[in-house]
Amino acid sequence: MADVLIMNEIEATVGRLGIDLSQVDYDSIRLPPGEDFGIVSDDDDVYQDDQLEFDSGFGNIIVVDNLPVVPREKYEKLEGVIRKIYSQIGVIKEEGLWMPVDPESHKTLGYCFIEYNTPQEAEVAREKTNGYKLDRAHVFVVNMFDDFEKYMKVPDEWAPPEFKPYTPGENLQKWLTDEKARDQFVFRAGQDTEVHWNDARQAKTELVYKRAYWTESFVQWSPLGTYLATVHRQGAAVWGGATTFNRLMRYAHSQVKLIDFSPGEKYLVTYSSHEPSNPRDANRVVINIFDVRTGKVMRDFKGSADEFAIGGTGGVAGVSWPIFRWGGGKEDNYFAKLGKNMISVYETETFSLIDKKSLKVENVVDFCWSPTDPILSLFVPELGGGNQPARVSLVQIPSKEELRQKNLFSVSDCKMYWQSNGDYLAVKVDRYTKTKKSTYTGFELFRIKERDIPIEVLELDNKNDKIIAFAWEPKGHRFAVIHGDNPRPDVSFYSMRTANNTGRVSKLTTLKGKQANALFWSPAGRFIVLAGLKGFNGQLEFYNVEELETMATAEHFMATDIEWDPTGRYVATSVTSVHEMENGFNIWSFNGKLLYRILKDHFFQFLWRPRPPSFLTPEKEEEISKNLKKYSKKYELEDQDVSMLLSEQEREKRRMLKEEWEKWVSEWKLLHEEEKLERQKLRDGEASDEEEEYQAREIEVEELLEVSEEVLSFEFGQE
Amino acid sequence: MRPILMKGHERPLTFLKYNRDGDLLFSCAKDHTPTVWFADNGERLGTYRGHNGAVWSCDVSRDSTMLVTGSADQTAKLWNVQTGMPLYTFNFDSPARSVDFAIGDKLAVITADPFMDVTSAIHVKPIARDPSDQTGESVLVLKGPQGRINRAIWGPLNRTIISAGEDAVIRIWDSETGKLLKEETGHKKTITSLAKAADGSHFLTGSLDKSAKLWDSRTLTLIKTYITERPVNAVAMSPLLDHVVLGGGQDASAVTTTDHRAGKFEAKFYDKMLTEEIGGVKGHFGPINALAFNPDGKSFSSGGEDGYVRLHHFDADYFNIKI
Repeated sequence: MADVLIMNEIEATVGRLGIDLSQVDYDSIRLPPGEDFGIVSDDDDVYQDDQLEFDSGFGNIIVVDNLPVVPREKYEKLEGVIRKIYSQIGVIKEEGLWMPVDPESHKTLGYCFIEYNTPQEAEVAREKTNGYKLDRAHVFVVNMFDDFEKYMKVPDEWAPPEFKPYTPGENLQKWLTDEKARDQFVFRAGQDTEVHWNDARQAKTELVYKRAYWTESFVQWSPLGTYLATVHRQGAAVWGGATTFNRLMRYAHSQVKLIDFSPGEKYLVTYSSHEPSNPRDANRVVINIFDVRTGKVMRDFKGSADEFAIGGTGGVAGVSWPIFRWGGGKEDNYFAKLGKNMISVYETETFSLIDKKSLKVENVVDFCWSPTDPILSLFVPELGGGNQPARVSLVQIPSKEELRQKNLFSVSDCKMYWQSNGDYLAVKVDRYTKTKKSTYTGFELFRIKERDIPIEVLELDNKNDKIIAFAWEPKGHRFAVIHGDNPRPDVSFYSMRTANNTGRVSKLTTLKGKQANALFWSPAGRFIVLAGLKGFNGQLEFYNVEELETMATAEHFMATDIEWDPTGRYVATSVTSVHEMENGFNIWSFNGKLLYRILKDHFFQFLWRPRPPSFLTPEKEEEISKNLKKYSKKYELEDQDVSMLLSEQEREKRRMLKEEWEKWVSEWKLLHEEEKLERQKLRDGEASDEEEEYQAREIEVEELLEVSEEVLSFEFGQE
Repeated sequence: MRPILMKGHERPLTFLKYNRDGDLLFSCAKDHTPTVWFADNGERLGTYRGHNGAVWSCDVSRDSTMLVTGSADQTAKLWNVQTGMPLYTFNFDSPARSVDFAIGDKLAVITADPFMDVTSAIHVKPIARDPSDQTGESVLVLKGPQGRINRAIWGPLNRTIISAGEDAVIRIWDSETGKLLKEETGHKKTITSLAKAADGSHFLTGSLDKSAKLWDSRTLTLIKTYITERPVNAVAMSPLLDHVVLGGGQDASAVTTTDHRAGKFEAKFYDKMLTEEIGGVKGHFGPINALAFNPDGKSFSSGGEDGYVRLHHFDADYFNIKI
């Protein structure tokens, strides 16, 4: 594709021409006016659009080589055979098959061109029929028409690639070294995508970078915050840099719909699905896994949507994203996909299946990775009408050894929740009641890090309560559950280890009748926001689980999204454009104080920039929190300075506004005075111009409504 | 601040006007009868019967004897304030929208809507001292702007006419020659309302672009912009303090059925100088269509799509607001 000129192509060209890039002074290069040497400017979306249309003109043509050479008499027969083969794959355009003929001998030349309706069909045809054996002597060689040019350009002699001297790149982690230790966030509103600092001290934001039409569908931070990914028709791109956002890499994948980073942001998975030409077929799915830094495709997967649809039993006709789930913590060593009766686990060293085969599990419907260790938890529902129990098991990778297994009876559904350190696994189990008419819920709690992985069963006080939400405290040992029936469910907190009861789960408290349907733990633990989204109109309760007390209750009317900043200091609540009114976001402190609000029409997305995990050891963190007073002094002073400065600025601004306003008022007074006589004249000389000076006098008016006399008789009775 | 609820209209309010003394409040609504109330206790004093369509606006003469009303029945009427009798009827080819007496009450400016193939127009009518001498002649007719003219008022010394409407442009016309003197585009959407300061030196416009703007009446200089969260239907300026009030809300046809808070039917107070929001007065359960300040600045009233007029006497605290 000419519009995606990748860096290594440039290098190849440079190498061929014998130019040393480091010696080139780019500023001295001047192109003749109107000439761009076929290199499209990055920012010129308009040009790219034109280019695309041009490409699609030839993108659906394939060239079939190695055909039999036949005389004129047999021409039509050969054409019929070819048409038969190729119209099975897609719709050949009218007059879309052209087999050139030698003008002298009137024999065919042994190749033909076929034009399909869509490039996708052409691509499929190339894949399926390349190597097709018509007979022993004629094995088809099929190429895309567009590729020919590329092959023609291959130099005849191999030249060893030149080593490029190392040039240090920008510090992509620069944002972490902000002097004021602020966090960044990105939001999309209207056609603009903007990255801002959250300057909570000054109760405002500071713009870092803003760009219109930055992405065509959405943006996404990489899990450690290094990159911001944008999605375009031609593929995905990642952006980053020390002070601003430059494009670091592009990943060509036409019509890309979804993207997903590996947790250590080494790899990027892109996904697209294409409408089939035959409506009875399933969509064609293309998945590429790129190396984020080099931009190389490490592995691609192609197939029909059915192969990637998850759900062994249900057979849901969709693809649940992400298809590949990454395991083994931040090392990005493994990724796995759920298939029919199996889980395919790949390793990133070779990008192939571990032991060359998938993990066979009869009827498996769901699996989850531990967030830190290469352990899979998987769920198999009941089989044979209850003869074979449902089970949850933990499997070690790469040994594929089963660490622990639990059989469960009369189960309707299971959901697995890992705690963020991989210490605990909670399995929410919905069981049928005896009559099988309704279900009730219980939890199976696995202690992964303890010997033999003990399992504990937890049932709620009222086990018929419906579970609305469940969430582990990040890095902690507590979890919160919203249970009960609408409209006012209860919220309960449990701990896996309290001071006097380390081996068993115990309930901390239950909050009755809360308007909440979602839980948002602070990433640092300890604090949680109980939120009532959607039906509850955006009720917020900021709760301290350590002290078991409510810090604040508030409301962000119609809030749709809530996200903590990565440090757990601030909370952003936003109303996205699913609602017509009041789009925008609010920034709150961790304890529920509204710091500032920003309104934006057509607000789509708000995302905090993630931070990589801290390098401090737990002991060091402990020490810091012990000596917090000593450290906080410095910041308190800074806070004071900022607020002083702010009030100073504010006073100055107000003084200016006041002066300006007074100038206007005095001018108006003067003019009003000047015009006084003329105004009097307009009023026929009526002297009273004192609109401001009239006096109100209170006049009491007594009105006699009725006077009547009545004789009352008194009786003096004797007692 | 406990408001007095005045329920006298059966349809959405369109306009509110205090007389100069501040003891009478005139209200216009889409039902056909303008009503006069005691501005102090909200008692209904009487109605003006005779219109056969929604009444869009009114103005009262300086001595509170004569009332002029503009109505969708294609007329503007002069009334005797005291007796409620119609004195004269001006006929137009299209609904009359805005009415305003000049200084001295010898002239009135009346705007007519575009209707079928009639374009919008601003008429200047002489007002006779004695109603029996009144004629329907116009001294001046201004045409040109596209779309409805929502408000036209007199500039300082009756020398100019200031108009604004659907095309979001504010224009100043010479009231003698009819020449267009100045025009200014500051708003992005329809200007719905226009309110003059007590001395006429500046005026405030409210627009569906969710903002209100303060302009100098002589030079048409933009002085301030007040940003709000909803379309502005009505504006008013306190004659006493440096406050402005904006009223509005979601369009009646788009009002949600979920919650009254979504519609933003509050009257919002802003500091005139700092353009910062000071507070809000809730209560209406439909958009606010009309706002007016008592000339003494100690009370204000709001009229809503819900058909209520709410009369608010300020608490003592209001006069000590410091921001």
